[in-house]
Amino acid sequence: MSVMDESGMFNVQQTIGSVLCCKCGVPMAPNAANMCVNCLRSEVDITEGLQKSIQIFYCPECTCYLQPPKTWIKCQWESKELLTFCIKRLKNLNKVKLKNAEFVWTEPHSKRIKVKLTVQAEVLNGAVLEQSYPVEYTVRDNLCESCSRFQANPDQWVALVQLRQHVSHRRTFFYLEQLILRHDAASRAIRIQQVDQGIDFFFGNKSHANSFVEFLRKVVPIEYRQDQQLVSHDVKSSLYNYKYTYSVKICPVCREDLVCLPSKVASGLGNLGPLVICTKVSDNITLLDPRTLRCAFLDARQYWRSGFRSALTSRQLVKYFVFDVEPPVSEATVGGQKYALSYVQIARESDIGKMFYVQTHLGHILKPGDQALGYDIYGANVNDNEMEKYRLSVKNGLPEAILIKKCYEEQRERKQKKSRNWKLKSLPMEMDDSRGRVDPEKTDKEYEEFLRDLEENPELRFNISLYKDKDYQASETASMTDGEGAPSVPIEELLADLDLSEEEEDDDDDEEDMAE
Amino acid sequence: MATRLQFENNCEVGVFSKLTNAYCLVAIGGSENFYSAFESELADVIPIVKTSIGGTRIIGRLCAGNKNGLLVPHTTTDQELQHLRNSLPDQVVVQRIDERLSALGNCIACNDHVALAHTDLDKETEEIITDVLGVEVFRQTIAGNILVGSYCALSNRGGMVHPRTSVEDLDELSTLLQVPLVAGTVNRGSEVIAAGMTVNDWTSFCGSDTTATELSVIDSIFKLREAQPSSIVDEMRKSLIDTYV
Repeated sequence: MSVMDESGMFNVQQTIGSVLCCKCGVPMAPNAANMCVNCLRSEVDITEGLQKSIQIFYCPECTCYLQPPKTWIKCQWESKELLTFCIKRLKNLNKVKLKNAEFVWTEPHSKRIKVKLTVQAEVLNGAVLEQSYPVEYTVRDNLCESCSRFQANPDQWVALVQLRQHVSHRRTFFYLEQLILRHDAASRAIRIQQVDQGIDFFFGNKSHANSFVEFLRKVVPIEYRQDQQLVSHDVKSSLYNYKYTYSVKICPVCREDLVCLPSKVASGLGNLGPLVICTKVSDNITLLDPRTLRCAFLDARQYWRSGFRSALTSRQLVKYFVFDVEPPVSEATVGGQKYALSYVQIARESDIGKMFYVQTHLGHILKPGDQALGYDIYGANVNDNEMEKYRLSVKNGLPEAILIKKCYEEQRERKQKKSRNWKLKSLPMEMDDSRGRVDPEKTDKEYEEFLRDLEENPELRFNISLYKDKDYQASETASMTDGEGAPSVPIEELLADLDLSEEEEDDDDDEEDMAE
Repeated sequence: MATRLQFENNCEVGVFSKLTNAYCLVAIGGSENFYSAFESELADVIPIVKTSIGGTRIIGRLCAGNKNGLLVPHTTTDQELQHLRNSLPDQVVVQRIDERLSALGNCIACNDHVALAHTDLDKETEEIITDVLGVEVFRQTIAGNILVGSYCALSNRGGMVHPRTSVEDLDELSTLLQVPLVAGTVNRGSEVIAAGMTVNDWTSFCGSDTTATELSVIDSIFKLREAQPSSIVDEMRKSLIDTYV
């Protein structure tokens, strides 16, 4: 009966007795109203004044529900979002406290949704009463604006961005495709079409196209112009409907190109030797003079003022054997890249008898016995005005060869590893076959070269997402017994592809090496 | 038999009246209906006195009494005191007491033999209660409330307390008071019993909101069904006649 608690005081056990309900006389425990629950319910109805039936609009094309005045919310049948949406549509629900809400089953084609709500409210003198009641929603079909516009004219685009680069290869576009995927810049494009020397992007909104062009401006040096065409015009309200077109030209100078700068540009850049190599193209062009190891940056405006083209492009790269490398005369680190100027003895693979003794900026990576790729100025027939002018003006003649990069062909063949452990995603592009000039073999070869390029250059990979290839199996010969193998992507840089299938659930290990 | 009535549209009858076995005090209301209700029940049996205490009408909560005496607070004016002394029977001693807790009706619940008092009442007041009312005083709480006079309605045959009083408390109080007790409500679930009703040994008056269930509980605990006023008052008359002779 009596209990000793922690403080040592006697606490008599209290059992609450029962009183009679003041209305119906049934014995019950005393509460604030001293009435049994049934009598209380019969007295007070807390659901009075709450909405019990309401109409909602549904678009059958995109399975969205209308939240007035203009928002359409996408929900699945009997989902959590739909429940939240239904409860939000009820007025006056802030007068009572909502305890529980659940769907009551209705026939799917009955166009009715039933929700059972349990609410709590305070009645009489402090007694809290809980009551549940059903709410019925009548679903009416109504096409939302975007679906109705799409139904009227499926090919409706308002803005078009025509991206072009007048060169003979598609390397820039492969790289751009990966960049766009990474930054999700083309997520709002209605259609993407691949054409001869570029890509067309169709947008439903001028501002989307504008922001896409702004994105492009930040990643490649471009020049663009905007035009518009009148589609329709409402005389009474003076509303004009246009179709906008952005013609975007990407600068034709690419990485690893050999450029002979016009004299004005060369002197403007501090007398940079007119023969320069383009080492990096981002929103500005990096030009490296291989003889002085000096770099210059040209941004889009500066470039388009002169508009020079490359003398030799990577198509014209020739393989050289390196016979001897002298110790470097000078070294420089420009833009994070190390260069060392040294003299080498090289010969073309096609004509090993003829040796050349040239200067190169790759002294830090070339060793005797290596293979390198470079431009054969001695034997090439360069069709460039500036080059001709320079050849005539200079006393000693042009350098016979300019090496660009080291060649890993041998190591690749040795490795026998045909497949890579990483892969890239691609944009949903339509191919334009109307011209009939597309050669699938050529594109494959270019793509393969692009992938090799990615492997060799960590700085190129910086802005791109590489994904782990699930189908890749490591072969037994993968262990690097020879000290130097062909460069490959370290595994820390790969993103595991998020696989939302039901059999396996990959945890999203985002192990990207951002320091690169 | 329990009667239902209202004082000026208010169901708290115990606030505006005080009923004992020897007399009845009634507040001065705007209409005579309240007074007539009492009169129709009690006219020939006991005197019904219209009064105010300290100029207020809440006389039921300000004074405490039984057949032996009546205690009024210090706020009572001299005229009121004189009026009470004149109107009440001579054996009822009217005493004005000086007490910090001046709402004596809320602090003291009593019948003719025993009284429950507020725990903070003065020692002197307790002695006066014992002398004037002729009762044994117990300092108690009811369901944790110190205002015993509000939450308990007591007569010589039974008593009703606050509905949340625990079973152990009920037993203890019942032993002290020597009458059966019940936990119940009055006026449709109101917990302030003594404010909602007033009772003596043969009759009681409740607020008009009181439901039939509550009324039946009151009737049963105070044993009002068989009670007749005459038997009790005759005893009193006999003693009266004795003294004259």
